[in-house]
Amino acid sequence: MISVAIKKQLGGFALDASFEAPAGVTAIFGASGSGKTTVVNAVAGLLTPAAGRISVGDVVLFDHEKRRDLPPQQRRIGYVFQDARLFPHMSVLRNLRFGGTYDEARIIEVLGLGDLLERMPAGLSGGEQQRVALGRALMCNPQLLLMDEPLAALDGARKAEILPYFERLRDDVKIPILYVSHDMSEVARLATTLVVMDAGKVVIQGPLGQVLSQPQAVPLLGVRAAGAVIETKVAGRLLDDGLTELLFSGGRLMMPGILGVLGQSVRIRIPAQDVILATEKPKGMSALNVLPVTITQISQGRGPGVAVGLQAGKDHLLARVTRRSAQRMELAVGQNIFAIIKATAVGPEDIGR
Amino acid sequence: MTLGLGPEEWTAILLSLRVALVATLAALPVAIWIAYVLARKRFFGRQLLNGLVHLPLVLPPVVTGYLLLVVFGQQGAVGGFLAQFGISFAFRWTGAALAAAIMAFPLMVRAIRLGFEAVDPGLEDAAATLGASRWRILWTVTLPLVLPGILAGGILGFAKALGEFGATITFVAAIPGQTQTIPTAIYGLLQVPGGEPAVLRLVIVSVILAMGALLISEWLARRMAKRIGRA
Repeated sequence: MISVAIKKQLGGFALDASFEAPAGVTAIFGASGSGKTTVVNAVAGLLTPAAGRISVGDVVLFDHEKRRDLPPQQRRIGYVFQDARLFPHMSVLRNLRFGGTYDEARIIEVLGLGDLLERMPAGLSGGEQQRVALGRALMCNPQLLLMDEPLAALDGARKAEILPYFERLRDDVKIPILYVSHDMSEVARLATTLVVMDAGKVVIQGPLGQVLSQPQAVPLLGVRAAGAVIETKVAGRLLDDGLTELLFSGGRLMMPGILGVLGQSVRIRIPAQDVILATEKPKGMSALNVLPVTITQISQGRGPGVAVGLQAGKDHLLARVTRRSAQRMELAVGQNIFAIIKATAVGPEDIGR
Repeated sequence: MTLGLGPEEWTAILLSLRVALVATLAALPVAIWIAYVLARKRFFGRQLLNGLVHLPLVLPPVVTGYLLLVVFGQQGAVGGFLAQFGISFAFRWTGAALAAAIMAFPLMVRAIRLGFEAVDPGLEDAAATLGASRWRILWTVTLPLVLPGILAGGILGFAKALGEFGATITFVAAIPGQTQTIPTAIYGLLQVPGGEPAVLRLVIVSVILAMGALLISEWLARRMAKRIGRA
């Protein structure tokens, strides 16, 4: 359990953030300038808050009142920076060993670094640099891993190449991770807990699925980022169509591509703006996925949109429709309707293990 | 082995090299320290220190030489104190080295400071999160990355020390075999009739030494850049 409650004034920007992060991956999500990096820098000890307390498990890293402020060297925190920050005058192997040699052989193997050891950082691609930076952070045997937008500097293809390593890390390594990002696809794939920041403050926090299916979260996350995340299982494959059938408590979904082997868990994010609502079961329509759902909540935003919370089995979905449609359809809490999800609405970047 | 150079000219050349080398090597650690402080620390009086360091660059050299005479001369405050221990600068080659070091110092600090400012403090932060102590960060991350700047500062300082004239001749005069360096020897030869051939020889030697120093520094800088992986 990581517990953070800090204040800091930086020029005209006031940070006043507090949140708790249980085991697993906690994503700190927010627009640029919302204070995400400031928070992780304070956790790492690279920045001293003006007030507050930071602890990881039983270890107090910072306590303003008790005048405790551990230097970064003694915090045992692995930090993966957005720009990798490999030492340019050292080979990959020397970079990796700079902080220690904990579990060296396995980390080199898991991150696929074996062929890079003699190379110099300048000759590596962005994705390779981030893998080395991650290995270097892990080899000092940290009690907590901080990752500050580790994929932001990479293009789509490189991101796709490195994300599976992160998923493997999350599942294999039992240390808590604070993962800073402004990309909801990444967050939805990796996180177990979500902390949303805006203008230096934490505006919502909680388990990922719960936060993302709240209609109230839509204006805080932004229309593009809003959308529920559900856990599904691969139930079958329609070979001739190239589709995968996924089962969850609310029914079955068909998604393009080969998403895994039979029985494998797959996490998918369904963007709220790609869910269409219908009061009657539609006929003669191209969309493959039609789910019977119950309206649990309707949340009026400031703009023309309305966020609609839906229950499908035990899972929650989120739809965003215009206020005009909501009125015309006379949507009301408790009403049983149909949610239509186009198979291609869920992009490959929204599908994780 | 004389290359057409007379024994007095050889003496001046070897003395010049010795003076410049000692001046550079003695000033370099101090210059690195001051450059680090100016590049990284924020403290009261930083601008004053900066001004003080640059003073020899903007003062007339003869003024610097006179001040050295006042401070380090036999009757000077520091000079008198050091004389008790048998350390003397006045009219000795060590005095020439001191004058050269002081004159070269601002140039060395400037070059090395640029080197420090070019090192991303983010790399030092990264090293700190990996558990490295401040000393270890300085030795294994910062200084290796500043090395090109230190080298540039060292060569620049050496070239300046080799050519120093005004402060040297004011502080220690131009005693052949003691304090007569190449520049003061050239000046002296210009004052006597028929000295031109010797002047020309010393001028050629000066050009060769300066060019050599520059070429060596370029070569070393390129080697280092390759090692860091920037080339």
